Amino acid sequence: MTELAASERLPEPKRDILPLLLPVILALLMLPLIGSPSSWITLTVASLAMGMMIFIMASGLTLVFGLMDVLNFGHGAFISVGAYVATLVLLPLAATGQVDSLWLNLAALVPAILLSMAASAALGLLVERVLILPVYGLHLKQILMTMGGLIVTEQALYALWGPQIIPLPLPASLRGSFIFGDVAISKYRVAAALLGLVIFIAIQLILNRTKLGLLIRAGVENREMVEALGYRIRRLFLGVFMAGSALAGLGGIMWALYREQVHASMGSDLTVLVFIVVIIGGLGSIGGCFIGALLVAMVANYGGFLVPKLALVSNILLMVAILMWRPRGLYAVTSR
Amino acid sequence: MSDLLTLSGVHTHIGRYHILHGVDFVVPAGQTTMLLGRNGAGKTSTLRTIMGLWQASAGEISLAGEHIEHLATPDIARRGIGYVPESMAVFSDLSVKENLVLAARDGPLDDKRLDWIFGFFPALRRFWLSRAGSLSGGQKQMLSIARAIAEPRKLLLIDEPTKGLAPAIVMALIECLAEIKRGGATILLVEQNFHAARQLGDTVAVMDNGRIVHRGAMSALAADVALQERLLGLSLEAHQ
Repeated sequence: MTELAASERLPEPKRDILPLLLPVILALLMLPLIGSPSSWITLTVASLAMGMMIFIMASGLTLVFGLMDVLNFGHGAFISVGAYVATLVLLPLAATGQVDSLWLNLAALVPAILLSMAASAALGLLVERVLILPVYGLHLKQILMTMGGLIVTEQALYALWGPQIIPLPLPASLRGSFIFGDVAISKYRVAAALLGLVIFIAIQLILNRTKLGLLIRAGVENREMVEALGYRIRRLFLGVFMAGSALAGLGGIMWALYREQVHASMGSDLTVLVFIVVIIGGLGSIGGCFIGALLVAMVANYGGFLVPKLALVSNILLMVAILMWRPRGLYAVTSR
Repeated sequence: MSDLLTLSGVHTHIGRYHILHGVDFVVPAGQTTMLLGRNGAGKTSTLRTIMGLWQASAGEISLAGEHIEHLATPDIARRGIGYVPESMAVFSDLSVKENLVLAARDGPLDDKRLDWIFGFFPALRRFWLSRAGSLSGGQKQMLSIARAIAEPRKLLLIDEPTKGLAPAIVMALIECLAEIKRGGATILLVEQNFHAARQLGDTVAVMDNGRIVHRGAMSALAADVALQERLLGLSLEAHQ
């Protein structure tokens, strides 16, 4: 194809970097308030790790929202299913997990992750075909259907695994901390933050560098025109829905390992958080979702340290503040 | 000359509103058919119904002999229709290049064809890597039309391309459409601008209240001021 190297460019609108700076500003502001630099570093790394895990869970939801205007209140089901399916692999292999060898630990973790993502994607296929297909364009019914799906999934997990909380110990090589002077940084948090970052970059590359990604971005902006160009957006949407479900499943295992436990209501607990992130970020925006997840995690960690009583409402307060500043979220992509 | 597109007795409902009340007309192959009428007469609704963006509630639409009224929009588009909506609907977050990459759904963009398009719309070459959202109104319209012709299509549906554009850009656009027409394209064009309509149209269909109220040669309508008054409320000359 013709590459026009000498192409003139129009003056581009200024890149909107204010939201990008927000987490940085917030972190710097908290330094004097928290006082001790070592606590600040610990809390900041915890925020990065938690933020990346929430981002992984929320990324699929925001695209599903943006692309097809589908309100999936059952997204949490994929999170719980991902975590439970991981126990199928990790618990029988618990012995290898206790050996302090990265390769042996990965030999258990990687199949667990792949199986979880496959199970969540399969559940995503089922949910899209059975619950969402009949209610396209009907928000109220989407909420009822998907919430119903979440409840059914949760009860099914109780029925299959029992009501008790399942302990899920971290593999030995991910346990412990890197120690720098008086600062301790948990290995798992670093790993989780890095994995989240890799996934963020991968999603950005797909959205910006591939035709599939172009279609998704175009579809978020104007799905009618994408169809008028001859692309079957329903099929594209199903693919995005399944990929988003698989990512939610991955987020589920990561969260379970973070908390070192699995329980059936973890999905519904996280759904609220994930929705706040998607709304803060701007429906359909991956970049906004990324920053939103970081902000939510920072507010939870710093807030929990400084004013523990605020922890219950801090995320809602954050959402209210952001929406008062930018009523359509940090990065508005859709016109909806 | 055979008819490429035929609408017979097409009705469209949107919710409880009855928008099209039995639309009948044909688009002969290789010609430009103008669809005229007052605002709200149903012109845009007719194009949307042909594209399947609104489902026809009754009647038949056929493209090259095949019924398409029951098909979904992407399948209708794949039968060979390029659509330029009234809103232009360029993907503003994507670059000019990316917009055209998506328009070429059957493979990579063809260099020769791209040069042909750049011949009409040199601005697109200049702003190849710019965000479509930062183009001017006229350039967006050019991009929207370029997207419809990025690959050869049997039929182009173009909805009021000159709407809201400066007169100089309108002239350029008319030139482009005339050039595309000379290339043998079949076009169904909704247009309020008489100058454009008279230059480009071979045949004409006039709509009012969701029905076709007149069909004939463009030249006959252009010559008959009384008929223009009756069909369009004011003479087409007044649109100049």
